[in-house]
Amino acid sequence: MANNQLIMPEPSKGSGPKQTPVIPPKEAKKSDYQGKMHLLQKEMIGHYYDRLTACAEGKGGKAAYMMISGNPVELIQAFDMIPVYPEVNALQLAVKKTSLPFILQAEEMGYSIDNCAYVKADIGMYFGGRKTAFATIPKPDLILCNYVGCNVYLQWFEHLKEYSGAETYNLDIPFCRTTTGEPTPEDIAYVVKQLEEVIVVCEKMTGIKFDYKKLQRIVALSAETGELWSEIKKLTRRRPAPFDAYFDSVTMMAPLYCLRGTEEGLQFFQEAYKEMKEKADRAEGPLPEEKFRFVIEGPPPWPHLRTFRDMFSRWGAVAVASTYSTVGGLWEFGFRHDPQRPLESIAMHMLRWNLTNRSMLQRYQQIKSYVEDWNADALVIHSVKSCRLFSAGQGDMREYFAKDLGVPTLLIESDLEDPRYFAEAALRNRVDAFFESLEHKRMLAAKH
Amino acid sequence: MSTTTVQQGPSLASTLEFAREVTQNVEFSEAKRWLANGPGRKAMGCFPIYCPVELIHSTGMLPVGIVGGGNQIEIAHADSRFQSFVCSIVKSTLELGLTDRLKFLSGMIFHSICDPARNLGSVYERNFPGMHIEYIHFPQNFVSASNITYLVSEYRRVLDGLEKVAGRKATAENLNRSIELYNRIRAAVRGLYEVRAESPQLLSASENWLLTRLGSLIAPEDYLPLLEQALAEVKTRTARPKDRIRVVLEGSFCEQPPIGLIECLEEAGCYILDDDFLLGSHWFIGDVPIEDNPLHALAESYSNRSVFSGVKHDLREAKADHLIRNVREKKADAVIFLAPKFCEPALFDYALYRRAFDKHNISNLFLEYEEKTWIYDRARSEVETFVESLLFD
Repeated sequence: MANNQLIMPEPSKGSGPKQTPVIPPKEAKKSDYQGKMHLLQKEMIGHYYDRLTACAEGKGGKAAYMMISGNPVELIQAFDMIPVYPEVNALQLAVKKTSLPFILQAEEMGYSIDNCAYVKADIGMYFGGRKTAFATIPKPDLILCNYVGCNVYLQWFEHLKEYSGAETYNLDIPFCRTTTGEPTPEDIAYVVKQLEEVIVVCEKMTGIKFDYKKLQRIVALSAETGELWSEIKKLTRRRPAPFDAYFDSVTMMAPLYCLRGTEEGLQFFQEAYKEMKEKADRAEGPLPEEKFRFVIEGPPPWPHLRTFRDMFSRWGAVAVASTYSTVGGLWEFGFRHDPQRPLESIAMHMLRWNLTNRSMLQRYQQIKSYVEDWNADALVIHSVKSCRLFSAGQGDMREYFAKDLGVPTLLIESDLEDPRYFAEAALRNRVDAFFESLEHKRMLAAKH
Repeated sequence: MSTTTVQQGPSLASTLEFAREVTQNVEFSEAKRWLANGPGRKAMGCFPIYCPVELIHSTGMLPVGIVGGGNQIEIAHADSRFQSFVCSIVKSTLELGLTDRLKFLSGMIFHSICDPARNLGSVYERNFPGMHIEYIHFPQNFVSASNITYLVSEYRRVLDGLEKVAGRKATAENLNRSIELYNRIRAAVRGLYEVRAESPQLLSASENWLLTRLGSLIAPEDYLPLLEQALAEVKTRTARPKDRIRVVLEGSFCEQPPIGLIECLEEAGCYILDDDFLLGSHWFIGDVPIEDNPLHALAESYSNRSVFSGVKHDLREAKADHLIRNVREKKADAVIFLAPKFCEPALFDYALYRRAFDKHNISNLFLEYEEKTWIYDRARSEVETFVESLLFD
């Protein structure tokens, strides 16, 4: 198929000056920035993983497995349970280049080469003793399947239930499917009713009586955190963007999921905002020079993150917005948790205010808003085989942006977890050709 | 909505011949004929797996099963929209639209079965702005009683949209008449499956497939007499059992294998006692009750009276336990897991099932296919080897 083709809008008509050959940068311009935010993240997430290891070693705590998309971590925090995210563990395995043996182990068990590699790495790790380079992952006490868009979640947790025998609750979140894109009143009532049932499950499991006021305090912390995260993301509207909204946003996403609703999590975002705001005020970006601003769609190739980043850095290209950074929530478009209506606002977070529970067409509008309001030059679609929620139909997305809207669009393929699906030379050629073409168009425009 | 396009009282042979012709026709001529036979008639397309067709039928419209293009069309346009790692039915269903073969439909209904199918709904909405595109989110929490209340409201929302398309309201009486009609159809389809489970030599799985698929392509009023007569005639057949293994087939609940592949499996030495082909056509294990609130009856039946499936995650009974129980009840020798290429729900299920097969010492064979396949030599060879290993063990 032609899904690796470079799609650009039709060039403007007219003879124009003689073309000047574009010379690609000889060396990658890497960012060596490692600010306070990165160090703090490392420390806090290190503590979080220590907590997981302690739980796995029977030193206390109940492990609640959840998925990232629209996670109701506030409810779990209200019962002092430890949120465990198999997706985060899987991506950590990939980042540390240890995912492949686990993937192969899962394939030995009968998982297909075409199944999501996040699931395979996690299942392989589960049967491989749950020991990783970053933590020992506890077995689940509660499997809370927050089914927020991704259908694979249901299967992933169905399998973990089968293997672990843990108590499981499918928290069913109706998809955004109405003509207005809004959930119906019945959708909200259905989700709130289920959250109340989850509370009963947690009470029985932990022996802790549900404390409404405590949940309100936690939700208030999430509201403040969401406000800061939203402000941080708006900073990349500035030129230059103070950080890369893809490669640096992922640093902030782990605290957003693992520590949201805690004082520690809030402290992280206060520090991160302060640091990023100061950088923005000093007109400092992640690269020595911001030559291109792009929006990127799709999850990152975790096993080759640095290599992938450098493909863009060498062109002075900075991601100013990314859809991936909204899988956990869409705070930058206005969502805030509400301590006065904690359960309803948790329900709305899951139903309406995250990327994965929205339709492809709503995602198109989100990207369009990024391109326009964040002043991007181009759209890069990183299509990953594992996650069909993101990728299935991205050819249509390319058609819409390149042909209907005239946004230069590049569609490239690899995977988020499986290192075997990363053709470095081919990807580099595609990225080079794309930015070369953008640069050439810019030169032509400057001469007119 | 009755029109007669087939002679009254046709023989089983002629019904099967008619079914073969209709099911392999990607121009949907029979549905178009029905539309042309009355003023203002409309039809809605239904993507697999289960679609509450009574909602469509009660508004006077014809539900038409749009189950991909099989091996009857070339995919020339849709593969620029969906990647190589997406299953064929998603691409071929889009291809049917992009090649104007679905212009006779007023809309399409998609369901929460998997991520590509959901995204296909969005792609349809953008590419075919004149169509009414509906997406039904079926509940996945069967432990909470609130799932039925939710689904009633979902059906109400969907019905409101359908009524606008049809230009006519559906009363409770309309809905109950539709439920009664489809109850009879589903009961007859269950009857076919009962025959195969008891006496598989009387009806092949491929014949069963043809008779079932026909029902989603012609008016149900025309279909019911054909089906009931076919069932009656099947029961009068006489045939001696052949030396074949008895299998339960699982995994083909969405994208359908070519009819030639099903025939090939049988010819290679299998009696297929049960399968999940066209699962939406035999979704309920009993009749949907007739109630004052028919939407409640449909929703309650979805929760409490529907079959197991790879796209329904019912924590009340583990899927693998259910399959093993079915294999035992049917006194099957083995399971053939026949999965469409790139079908994540089926491929995930296989990993769970394989563990259960090992635990319960049940012979099994895993095969993959694509609907567009024409040549089945490899599958035949694998099945023959598998059959021999069981027959001469």
